[in-house]
Amino acid sequence: MKIHEFQAKDLLRAAGVPVLAGKVARTPEEAAAAYTALGTPICAVKAQIHAGGRGKGTVKGSAQRGVELAKSADDAARIAKGLLGQTLVTIQTGPEGQVVRQVFVESGCGIDRELYCAVLVDRRVGSPVLIASTAGGVDIEEVAAKTPELILSEPFDPDRGLAAYQARLLAAKLGLPTASWRHAEAFFRKLCAAFVSLDASLLEVNPLVLTKDGTLVALDAKMTFDDNALFRHKDVAGLRDEAEEEPAETRAAAAGLSYVKLNGTIGCLVNGAGLAMSTMDLVKYHGGEPANFLDVGGGADVNQVTEAFRIILSDKNVKAILVNIFGGIMRCTTIATALVEASKTVGFSVPLVVRLEGTEVEEGKKILANSGTKIITADGLTDAAKKVVAAANAV
Amino acid sequence: MSILVNRDTRVICQGITGKVGEFHTRGCLDYGTRMVGGVTPGKAGETVAGLPVFNTVAEARDATGANATMIFVPPAFAADAILEAVGAGIELVIAITEGIPVLDMARVMPVVRASRSRLIGPNCPGVITPGECKIGIMPGYIHTPGHVGVMSRSGTLTYEAVWQLTQLGHGQSTCVGLGGDPLVGSSFIDILELFQNDPDTHAILMMGEIGGSAEEEAAAYVKAHVTKPVAAFIAGQTAPPGKRMGHAGAIISGGKGTAEAKLAALRDAGIEIAESPADMGTAMARAISRRA
Repeated sequence: MKIHEFQAKDLLRAAGVPVLAGKVARTPEEAAAAYTALGTPICAVKAQIHAGGRGKGTVKGSAQRGVELAKSADDAARIAKGLLGQTLVTIQTGPEGQVVRQVFVESGCGIDRELYCAVLVDRRVGSPVLIASTAGGVDIEEVAAKTPELILSEPFDPDRGLAAYQARLLAAKLGLPTASWRHAEAFFRKLCAAFVSLDASLLEVNPLVLTKDGTLVALDAKMTFDDNALFRHKDVAGLRDEAEEEPAETRAAAAGLSYVKLNGTIGCLVNGAGLAMSTMDLVKYHGGEPANFLDVGGGADVNQVTEAFRIILSDKNVKAILVNIFGGIMRCTTIATALVEASKTVGFSVPLVVRLEGTEVEEGKKILANSGTKIITADGLTDAAKKVVAAANAV
Repeated sequence: MSILVNRDTRVICQGITGKVGEFHTRGCLDYGTRMVGGVTPGKAGETVAGLPVFNTVAEARDATGANATMIFVPPAFAADAILEAVGAGIELVIAITEGIPVLDMARVMPVVRASRSRLIGPNCPGVITPGECKIGIMPGYIHTPGHVGVMSRSGTLTYEAVWQLTQLGHGQSTCVGLGGDPLVGSSFIDILELFQNDPDTHAILMMGEIGGSAEEEAAAYVKAHVTKPVAAFIAGQTAPPGKRMGHAGAIISGGKGTAEAKLAALRDAGIEIAESPADMGTAMARAISRRA
C-alpha cells in the first residue's frame, strides 16, 4: 500500500525523524494561508500523488511543474491553482498521468548538499538494509545502473536495529562533516526503527538534505507498506487513499482477488500468479495484448470468480476473455459453475475461451457443455492463446 | 533416490485442525505420504483424519519420530510456527502459508540459517517425490516417477510444467515449490545443489519469474557447478515495470529483475530456454536429447 508524502512525513515526525514543518492544502486559499502560517520566506508547494518524479513532472497542457518554490502567499496560491484538479504526468505515472487532489506546502531550509537514503528488504541478504548515496535528488535507479559504487548499503537485524557504528560508517563514507555525525547517527537509526515498527516495504528519502547548520532533514519521503502486515497497523491502513488507486484494482482487492489493469484487449482469468503472468506472456507471444493480470488465487469460491468476471468485463477495452485454470486446490468444477453463474447474472458480451486442466477437469467440462453457455473450449495453452487472439481480432 | 522427501519421510502437519490443514493432510494421506500426526496448540488428544494431534511440535516429534512438517498455520502466527519446528529440530520445514509479513520472515531467516533445519517456502505448493511422498497442495495425479528434477517460484505454473513433462513421458524425481515471497527459506541454488548430487535426477527444469535476482544467481551456479541438462522458463516476460504481479516478489523496479536480463544470464549458462509457457516440457526434452 502506498501513502502520500505528507502522510509519510507525519509518520516520520512521530518517529523522531527530522522533517520540515508543512501543511496540506486542497484549495489555493488554503495554500496561501499555509504559506503565511509557516512563516518562512521560501516554501515548496508540492503536488501529492502516489507517484514519484514530481519535481520534473509537468501538468498536462501547461508548463506547471509538480513541485515549485513560492516566495509569497500569492505565489503559493498561484502554484496550487496550477496543480489542483490538474493531471500531473511524471516518469512514474505513465503518459495518462494522475489527478492532483491536494498539495503539500512545506517550509524551506538552507541546503548545503543533497544525498539519498532508503530502507528496504534485501532478498539476497535476507534482512532489511539501509542504503545511502551521495547522489541525492536525482534518479537513483540511474545511479545504481551506471555507478553502483556510489550506492552504500548496511544490512541490519529488524529487532536490534541499525547499530550506531553502522550509521557513523555511512556518515563518513557520505563525506559528512564530523560535526554532523551525531545527527546522522540519530537520523539513520530512527529511520530504520520507523521502517521496522511500521512494517514498511520501502522508506525512501530523496533528497536527504544536509542543511547549512549541519543537521540532516528528510526533504522528501516516500513510503510503501507490506500489505500482509497491515492487519497489525490499523492506523496505517486508515491512510489508504482510494482516489489514488485504480477502482477495479481496489474492487478486486476487496474480493480477495489480485488484479492489475493493463492496456490490451484480452481479459485473462487465471489461478496462480506465475501461471497468470505466463498466460499474459502466451497471449502476447501469439500476437495479442493482455487487458489485465488476474489471479483468482487457490481457494476462490463461485462468488469470487463471478466478481472476477464482472471486473474484467467492466474494462471497456476487453474484446475477448481467456480463462486458463490448472486445478489444484481450485477445482475445475468450481470455475465451471462460476462461469455458468456469471453468464446468467453478468452476461458475456465478448467471446470467451476456456482452457481447463487438473482437479475435476472432466466434471468441469461436462458442466460447461450441459449449461448451453456459449464458450469456445481449448485444449492446451497454445490452442487457447491462438483462439482468444483470433476472437479478439475478429471483433 | 530423490531429494528432500521419500517413502520413509515421516510428516506432521502444523495447523492440522484448521479446514485447509485437514483437507490437505487427507490429500497427502491419500497419495501415500507417511503422515504421522498434527499440531495445534490446545488441541492435544484430538484426532484428525485418524492422526493424533499434539500441543507442541516437540511432543509430536517425540511421539511420532517425525522428521518433516507441513505448515498451514494462519499468516499472523506462521513465522512462530516455523521457529517452533526449527526449535524442535525438525529436519525439513515446509511452509505453505501465504501472506506472512516480510519482516517476520526476516526475523526467522537467521534462526533457520544457524540451525540444521531446511526451510522450503513460505507461500509455496510444497514438495513431492512422485509415487513416494507428497507434502503440500499440488494435485498428485499429474506427476509420474522419473528423472527430471523440477523447481519453481510459482505453484500452478509448476503443475503446468509437470503436466507437460508427464504427457511427454518424462517423469519427475522430485518437484520443489520454492515460494513466491521476497524472502524464502531455500533458493534455486540450494535445490540445484541437491539435484546435481542426486544420482536419480538426470535433468533439471526450473521456472523463474520477473523480480529479484534469484534466476541470475542460479544461472551463474549452473554455469560453474551443474553438469546435468537444464531448461528454464521465466514468467512475466510481458509484465510492465512497476506493477506487482500477484507475488510480492514479482515486480520489475529500478531496471532490476527484468525478464531480458534473466533470459540472457540463463542462455549464457547454456540453459535451454522455453520461449512460451506451452514449451516448458519440450524445452526440457530438447535439453536432454542435446546431451544424449
